Amino acid sequence: MTGKVTVTLKVNGRTFSADCEPRKTLADFLRQDLGFTGVHLGCEHGVCGACTISVDGSTARSCCMLAVQAEGTEVTTVEGLASDGNLHPLQEAFWKHHGLQCGFCTPGMLAAASELLEDNPDPTADEIREGISGNLCRCTGYQFIVDSVQDAAQHLRSTT
Amino acid sequence: MKAATFEYVRATSVDEVVRTLADDEDAKILAGGQSLVPLLNMRLARPTTIIDISRIDDLSYVRRANGHLEIGALTKHRVVETSELVHRHVPLLADALRYVGHVTIRNRGTIGGSIAHADPAAELPATCVALDAQLVVQGPRGQRVIAAADFFHGYLMTALDPEEVITELRVPVLAKGTGCAVEELARRSGDFALVAVFAAVTLELDGTCREARIAVAGAGPAPVRATAAEAILRGNAVTTDVITAAANAVADATDPPSDIHGPAEYRREMAAVLSRRAIKQATNRANGGV
Repeated sequence: MTGKVTVTLKVNGRTFSADCEPRKTLADFLRQDLGFTGVHLGCEHGVCGACTISVDGSTARSCCMLAVQAEGTEVTTVEGLASDGNLHPLQEAFWKHHGLQCGFCTPGMLAAASELLEDNPDPTADEIREGISGNLCRCTGYQFIVDSVQDAAQHLRSTT
Repeated sequence: MKAATFEYVRATSVDEVVRTLADDEDAKILAGGQSLVPLLNMRLARPTTIIDISRIDDLSYVRRANGHLEIGALTKHRVVETSELVHRHVPLLADALRYVGHVTIRNRGTIGGSIAHADPAAELPATCVALDAQLVVQGPRGQRVIAAADFFHGYLMTALDPEEVITELRVPVLAKGTGCAVEELARRSGDFALVAVFAAVTLELDGTCREARIAVAGAGPAPVRATAAEAILRGNAVTTDVITAAANAVADATDPPSDIHGPAEYRREMAAVLSRRAIKQATNRANGGV
């Protein structure tokens, strides 16, 4: 089938359904068909990490996945991080520590950092650097991002 | 940066994959997509049919059988990397997988996909060669088993026939008293290796080397098994002199490329340096160290 196929998936807890060509990446599908423009597209070949989202609980690069492959999955984008108008502790920490300037890499950074803290709630600075090494930032020099993640980790540990 | 059009087939069985491959010689298998989708996006690959095998459930497993670990072709890197069975029986594989891309890539990338892609700088093919692993493949004439040593023919070239698909990786369980180590040189964390060395050393109780397995990635058009270096170690106490001689033999076995990332001479020199470190660490681990 080269024609359009229907893709149904959950994004940030809500079910969406739209038709797309099989060649469409999940990133383009989320942005163009469903309006989740928080998914940022940088390199479109799996190098920059800007399009990182969560698919069924694990991070994935949405430019390296076809939308048709996401049929039936549960996706979380940066739009799904905050709840009830309150920033996620990671977002709060990025804001507080200037973990972003232009913000282009931030949605991917947050997704990668979020998974890192789930796997390792008390990471060292080196482990944070390794954890976000798949995400390129051209503004911050990474130091403020590491500070942000470390602070968020501490906050999350103290509240859970 | 958008893929060209293709027919999309979501396969539900290996038989369907084989049939579809036979029907269209320009068909390509899509599993985790971590190598193929970038190639599609850049239009370096323009297959007419994409056979999506990622929904074939019974190809994702890690289990022990007959002195082997059997790993389903669709098992994700991250699952193998964190598998208790793999840590206990083939720690070299777990060590090697930590160097594959980043966690996000290992969440999606599959064992079969990485092996079929056969990038000579990739970690998994060289690890398979070091471990004398076998690949179970299925085609129109049924199943066959290919030794990893015979599988990787050259840059992105394998022994797979066009209508065959990898279904399983079989890795022999390492003997007691084996220590493993991986040493990799890459410009950035998660990059493909400029050179990477994969070593497993098995010691007798008196400390002499009973078995050594060494393979190198990034050192030629296909993974290199350093048999001469292994022979230098085998039957000897693993002294500094023996390690140096073996490491030099590893470098001699390589035929690395020259490119913008580094000249061949540099890679060959680094193969010796990394081999020294890897053999030393593997030996320490075989002695119970970390």
